[in-house]
Amino acid sequence: MAYKIVASQCTSCSACEPECPNVAITEKRGVFMIDPSKCTECIGHFDVPQCVAVCPVHGTCVIDNSVPRASAA
Amino acid sequence: MSKLLQLHDFGASSATSFEALRSSATQTGCSTTGGNGKSGCGSAAGQGDLPPEIWEKVKNHPCYSEQAHHHFARMHVAVAPACNIQCNYCNRKYDCANESRPGVVSEKLSPEQAARKVIAVASTIPQMTVLGIAGPGDALANPAKTFKTFELVTATAPDIKLCLSTNGLMLPDYVEQIVAMNVDHVTITINMIDPEIGAQIYPWIFYNHRRYTGVEASKILSERQLLGLEMLTARGILVKVNSVMIPGINDRHLIEVNKAVKSRGAFLHNIMPLISEPEHGTVFGLEGRRGPSAQELKALQDDCEGEMNMMRHCRQCRADAVGLLGEDRSAEFTTDKVMEMEVEYDLAARQAYQAKVEAERDAIAAARQRELATLADETATIKIQVAIATKGGGVINEHFGHAHEFQIYEVSTAGAKFIGHRRVDLYCEGGYASETGIEPILKALNDCTAVLVAKIGLCPKDSLAGAGIEAVEDYAFEYIEQSVIAYFKNYLERVGKSEISHVARGDADIRQGAFVAS
Ligand code: SF4
Ligand code: SF4
Ligand code: SF4
Repeated sequence: MAYKIVASQCTSCSACEPECPNVAITEKRGVFMIDPSKCTECIGHFDVPQCVAVCPVHGTCVIDNSVPRASAA
Repeated sequence: MSKLLQLHDFGASSATSFEALRSSATQTGCSTTGGNGKSGCGSAAGQGDLPPEIWEKVKNHPCYSEQAHHHFARMHVAVAPACNIQCNYCNRKYDCANESRPGVVSEKLSPEQAARKVIAVASTIPQMTVLGIAGPGDALANPAKTFKTFELVTATAPDIKLCLSTNGLMLPDYVEQIVAMNVDHVTITINMIDPEIGAQIYPWIFYNHRRYTGVEASKILSERQLLGLEMLTARGILVKVNSVMIPGINDRHLIEVNKAVKSRGAFLHNIMPLISEPEHGTVFGLEGRRGPSAQELKALQDDCEGEMNMMRHCRQCRADAVGLLGEDRSAEFTTDKVMEMEVEYDLAARQAYQAKVEAERDAIAAARQRELATLADETATIKIQVAIATKGGGVINEHFGHAHEFQIYEVSTAGAKFIGHRRVDLYCEGGYASETGIEPILKALNDCTAVLVAKIGLCPKDSLAGAGIEAVEDYAFEYIEQSVIAYFKNYLERVGKSEISHVARGDADIRQGAFVAS
């Protein structure tokens, strides 16, 4: 139930970090990651996932298929 | 300290355009004009009647005052990597192509690291008067980092002027904070006021938790930019507007932008050429959109000039630039080095040093005025452009072969006016002159009649002569403007005696990429 960041595409611009309503995005030594246990795909907060909407590089914040999709609570 | 003195040649100094404008407003007769070239003769147009408190704010600002940039230094700290809009001339995969040399990822700093760096630089370079936050993203898309940095710097170094650059999207929300933090100057990048044109420049913006595209995006952006501009000027904050000239998209439209920002109180307009090398990977670069030529840029700046001050010496610096505008010293101040440096902030020493610079600038202004007086009876309508090899300090003090850039002055009987700079690759690399080296320099100076240098070899001198450009060593180590006027006087005399004939020069190339002295 989460988005993930494709590390090879990420510019480490940090734009996504403050936009996440769940503080799911963190940076460690310049590498940005989404904690899947915190990400709700922004459902219930916003119409669109904030990390996707703000990220300058298309296809960098994508659905992580290895975890089940989130749904409205 | 001795190293600094030697680097910046403090033997000379000169007045700022604002000094010139101010004196033109208070004195009779002509003075050399800077920003507002057409108002040289006693006209109070433009900002010629700058109130004293505004004058105080700009006179030592290297970016705002085209001659202060010979004497005062600024630094940018890269604390703000995030951005909330996308511009077609920027590729953030590499870095911001607009304000920072693309392909070189600047060291991104935390506010604490940045503050330490500022103090270290200010202790080493006493003429460092301005701290700017200009990305590499948008300063106001990173408000926490931007304002924290300012707060930390002000606590230790209250004399440093603060400025920030923004795309303006979030500006209305932060005007109060900008006022509260005592920010001196704000730069807003405004490339359009017509959303139809904006749609060709901005593919999207992120606003109010969603992404807007097309005309809708540009409409929001434009409204927020102009509102922010009005709010700032209403609060007495100086606002400069940057515009990127994109041939075929906004080149003519920028005249409308100029009027719109002037009427809202912007005090300086800086029209910069598009940087669009394909290897930067920007949308404009990949679609092969070219930047303007030197004369196209100058023509647009001239067309806007009747309206307000135009800035012509912008180097489109990196977001982590340090030092004088023509001389990047950022490599001396990497995080590692800064952390090791012993820093002691000596406010009194800085002020004494700056007072000395001030006195020297007065001297150079007086020298220029004297020289100009000798042209009083001239009636020639000839106008020529002259290139200068300088390391700063307002003096012709650079060897032709060592010049990273040339400063270009336009001179007529009305005086000498700075109109821009041309970057070049070093002609004399590693002590020997390269055969192919001269061609790009000839292209960069093709619109000039002469180049005034401290020294030049026979070979390049001949090549220049072949291209119709006279290389002149006679004014080595003299003040720039005074020399340009003296050269012009001599030129007119020779034309008068038919020793030479005056020919109109052509256009010139603008070298792509931000200024990085190697
Ligand atoms: S989708 Fe929403 S909740 Fe998940 S990481 Fe992105 S911004 Fe955070
Ligand atoms: S917004 Fe995109 S590019 Fe920027 S840090 Fe987040 S994932 Fe990386
Ligand atoms: S980018 Fe332009 S405004 Fe900024 S420091 Fe350089 S010259 Fe000044």
